[in-house]
Amino acid sequence: MAAKKLNIKDKYRLLTRDLDWEYSYADRKEAFPYEDFEGIKITDWSKWEDPFRLTMDAYWKYQAEKEKKLYAIFDAFAQNNAHLNVSDPRYINAIKIFLTGVSPLEYQAYQGFAHTGRQFGGVGARVACQMQSLDELRHVQTQIHAMSHFNKFFDGFQEYSHMHDRVWYLSVPKSFFNDARTAGPFEFMIAIGFSFEYVLTNLLFVPFMSGAAHNGDMATVTFGFSAQSDEARHMTLGLEVIKFLLEQHEDNVEIVQKWIDKWFWRGSRLLTIVAMMMDYMLPNKVMSWKEAWEVYFEEAGGALFKDLARYGIRMPKYSDIIEKEKEHISHQAWWTFYTHGHAAGFHTWIPTDEELDWLSEKYPETFDKYYRPRWELAKEMEAKGERFYTKGLPQLCTTCQIPMLFTEMDDPTQTSYRDTVYNGDRYHFCSDGCKDIFEDEPEKFVQSWLPVHQIFQGNCGGPDVGDILSDFYHMNVGVDNMDMKGSPDELRWKQWKGVA
Amino acid sequence: MSKVYIALQDNDESRYIVEAIEEDNPDVTVIHMPAMIRIENEGRLTVNRETVEEKMGRDWDVQELHVNLITLGGNVDEDDDSLSLHWNE
Repeated sequence: MAAKKLNIKDKYRLLTRDLDWEYSYADRKEAFPYEDFEGIKITDWSKWEDPFRLTMDAYWKYQAEKEKKLYAIFDAFAQNNAHLNVSDPRYINAIKIFLTGVSPLEYQAYQGFAHTGRQFGGVGARVACQMQSLDELRHVQTQIHAMSHFNKFFDGFQEYSHMHDRVWYLSVPKSFFNDARTAGPFEFMIAIGFSFEYVLTNLLFVPFMSGAAHNGDMATVTFGFSAQSDEARHMTLGLEVIKFLLEQHEDNVEIVQKWIDKWFWRGSRLLTIVAMMMDYMLPNKVMSWKEAWEVYFEEAGGALFKDLARYGIRMPKYSDIIEKEKEHISHQAWWTFYTHGHAAGFHTWIPTDEELDWLSEKYPETFDKYYRPRWELAKEMEAKGERFYTKGLPQLCTTCQIPMLFTEMDDPTQTSYRDTVYNGDRYHFCSDGCKDIFEDEPEKFVQSWLPVHQIFQGNCGGPDVGDILSDFYHMNVGVDNMDMKGSPDELRWKQWKGVA
Repeated sequence: MSKVYIALQDNDESRYIVEAIEEDNPDVTVIHMPAMIRIENEGRLTVNRETVEEKMGRDWDVQELHVNLITLGGNVDEDDDSLSLHWNE
């Protein structure tokens, strides 16, 4: 007799809920020691609903299919020397940032979800976190495989993991995930599962990846969209977590709101580098950062918060500041990297006249007034053989670890700077958002490993910046860094293309 | 009412899925971008297995959608016959 085929709801129930067991001789509280200390109240884990009722057998089936497609494309990319088909060798520098700054976060996400999933008393949540953990491991592996091809032909890819743990600007993404992973399991889920996955990763994995396709990078768009096909499931998990917490107990609302305020601010800060990649590092343009922000943050995030309003959740704190920042942050970040281009593990450049015109068109309120004049000056200096590199090391924000590059949004000529004194020491911040986060958890953030402080304390070798770059960061000085013009990357590209 | 959305990789399978979505949700907006197709609708959007099967001319499991899915926005409801997205407000 043929067995009756189960529908997905029944199958999911049998393969999750019914696999759990009661604790007869062990103490349940000892088995799940982190479930209480954040103040979150769970009254009934059985109310957990995962709309993608993916069971392990279906998970392996579809993931295997995704991998086969993906690796077929990687093979085709490598066999056909497709790195020669990218729009412009400058584009590859965005991928260097991706490998050094983003891929290691996938690994941190894998670790984070493995740990967090273990800590939940509810079996549905545990299974969903386990799948997400496996997904994240797949993402870091596929990204390393995809970019290993570029490593054969371009500089700056060779020490991504070593650099991620040390380089001044890479401490920004690293510390973001360290903060989330050292939080309790529910905060981790609101930080990464909800704030990061539901709203913020879309900006990197959707419009930027579409941009990678538009710049001829078949390998990157393919790993990006393959990863993002998992993200759609992660986003749904993030939304289910937040609805579940808000429905479980009214006391959870205030705690969840505080985490939303913290993590949307931190996420907006982190995405500054993506803003810069979109506006300055994609030679063929898809959309501006501002346009992407309007679609994926304002429209999609706005719809989400309208939906959550019935639980008493409001838009994240400082949303008004965040809205104004879309006009500024990509320009402020690229200028900072341009002027610190000797200390970056990738090349920087002055946008072409055509690109400056595109920025003027896309940012009519701000670009000509505040930012274009800087590039006109940089062009004049470069023409005189005085390409500008700053001699100083930047002051860093204690919370987000980004150099003090942001301005007041109502006065874009004034650097935004805040400070506070804790136990007799003064701490510095880029914004009210970052200062609030510090003041709420000072004992956590006084431990920040701030790269510039570490350099001045003598913990990164030296004494000169050049020694630190080569010996501590493992950069090939004069090869990986400095301007795109005259770089070995540019010279090789010209040889391949047969142009002098 | 806010917009729900779904984005699919621009490939041969998605073409049929998009056709099915357009047939079952006549008010959707379909936006083509490099390598992807974004479909938006006010309030609600449904992908029906039967319509996709008709367009593809073969059996299609709703969970196969995962293979070509890029992103989505809205509360998800999935069963053997359809996947739908909606906002409550």
